[in-house]
Amino acid sequence: MAVMAAPGGSRKIRLRYLAERRGFLAALLISPAVLFIGVLVGAPLVLAIYLSFTDATAGSLSGKWVGLANFRQELSDPIFRGAVWHTFLFTVISQAVVIICAGLLAHALVRSFRGRWLLRFFVLLPWAAPVALTAIGFLWFYDPQASIFNWFLIHLHLVSSTNPPTWLGTPRAAMSSIITVQAWRTIPFATVIFLAGISSIPQEVDDAAAMDGATGLKKFWYVSLPLQLPIAIVAVLFGIVFTATDMVVPYILTNGGPFNSTQVLTTWAFQTGINSGNIGEGAAIALFMLPVLAFVVVGMLFFARRAEVT
Amino acid sequence: MTSGWRHKAFSYGVVIPFAIVLAFPFVWMAVTSFKPEAQVYDPTKVWTFHPTLASYSFLFHHTGYLRWLRNSSFVGLMVVLITLAVALPAGYALARLSGRVGRSLGVGIFLTYLVPPTLLFLPLSRVISKLHLEDRLWALILVYPSFTIPFAVWLLMGFFKTIPQELEDAALMDGCSRLGSLVRIVFPISIPGILTVVIFTFSLVVNEFVYAITFISSSTNRTLTVGVPTDLIRGDLFNWPGIMAAILIPSIPLALVYNAFLNRFIAGFTGGAFR
Repeated sequence: MAVMAAPGGSRKIRLRYLAERRGFLAALLISPAVLFIGVLVGAPLVLAIYLSFTDATAGSLSGKWVGLANFRQELSDPIFRGAVWHTFLFTVISQAVVIICAGLLAHALVRSFRGRWLLRFFVLLPWAAPVALTAIGFLWFYDPQASIFNWFLIHLHLVSSTNPPTWLGTPRAAMSSIITVQAWRTIPFATVIFLAGISSIPQEVDDAAAMDGATGLKKFWYVSLPLQLPIAIVAVLFGIVFTATDMVVPYILTNGGPFNSTQVLTTWAFQTGINSGNIGEGAAIALFMLPVLAFVVVGMLFFARRAEVT
Repeated sequence: MTSGWRHKAFSYGVVIPFAIVLAFPFVWMAVTSFKPEAQVYDPTKVWTFHPTLASYSFLFHHTGYLRWLRNSSFVGLMVVLITLAVALPAGYALARLSGRVGRSLGVGIFLTYLVPPTLLFLPLSRVISKLHLEDRLWALILVYPSFTIPFAVWLLMGFFKTIPQELEDAALMDGCSRLGSLVRIVFPISIPGILTVVIFTFSLVVNEFVYAITFISSSTNRTLTVGVPTDLIRGDLFNWPGIMAAILIPSIPLALVYNAFLNRFIAGFTGGAFR
């Protein structure tokens, strides 16, 4: 990347050398980061791809090349196919909820009002708290005997007190439960990024729109929305990748159950690779997350550029 | 005047219900944590009970909680140091490197932040066992910079871009060397930005779950996020008030610093690209 010019005798070359030195210094400062990332992200990624073509197990550490056998095995496995579908549902539904809620919240939080600091603190709580811990909290809120949600629902006469729902015990309810928790914990971050998008719109644009007679919804639809859309999309892409590849919420709340009805790619890869010790097969399952990642990366590159232009 | 009033009504009308829904789980955790164990399942004692600190004392004296808290802090501190050492120079250089190369490299480093632990934990588990680091906190200290460095480089790049180049040029003019101006001029005025990076890096480490549950197997070496779900839930000590206390203790301080540093976080996070 940096080309070092040979120091020469003449003043001209020496000046050029100094200019080039800037590039050399930059390379020197950046290379540790690039090296670290290459060793800790790049190399394992390559290793993951390699492992997915082998029958490596946790005990033996070295596997035999088996070609596409792992992939073929998974694609014919109903649990795996279920996991792909559940990952899709988990991601799409939770992020759709997040977009609506975060969009509303960001518009409400953008102007200053009395008590904003405190209310913003409450809104940020689910993001700041370690999700592995708060998910355990939900284990208690969903508890069959003492669920606080059921207590509310029973007192509102929405469910019967003799036969209250078991939130994590039946397939449908379990899926809704983990989607709820995931949406709950992603809303604050999306709100924060949406907020950044709204506040990046210069005041002059607002004034000009008002001068031209745009008000209320019209102004929002034709002026504000197009301007904040690129950053909002970046936030949504973040949400997609961090939900599709997240293991914590399903792992802690249901661990894929009941009857694999909430099994997602990540939990299935963990169970196959770590619990059953089939590292090669687990790696093959995890690799099915790559398309999501590629989609998000391409989207981000596209919209980050758009955001810069505006 | 009336429009201002309407804006306020809109803000309160939206934010208050959301704040209640988003924060309610923490309120209920707090309520549960002060309940005596015998009344936890009692439906008639939902709001009325004799508050007690018994669960907190149980947590501190009869579980590995303090140890996990220490482990998490130790790992967090070490990772923050490594991350700063690597990301400070890189973030600065990327901010000052004009043209396509700097930009693409910055975006490239940031995109590696998106590669999830769930994709890398299987190959890394083999690397860790080859290095004989299984069940050691050093395994986590080695692996965590893989996501904290891209994150920190991006934030720092955003912060450094806000520092005018002229300031440095003036220092160079006065006979300061390039590195000298970095240490004497740029870093001191970037302290708020650096502090933001420290806080968010630390919290990323405290939050991490997948690597911690894969690499650490013994109770004494667990971090917070793994110790609580494995030892307190799956173990014999099934004490809901204590578990709620265990969740609240790290969450509330983290949320307070997040709120305090939020504006700086936004500036750095979006400053890297969207300017």
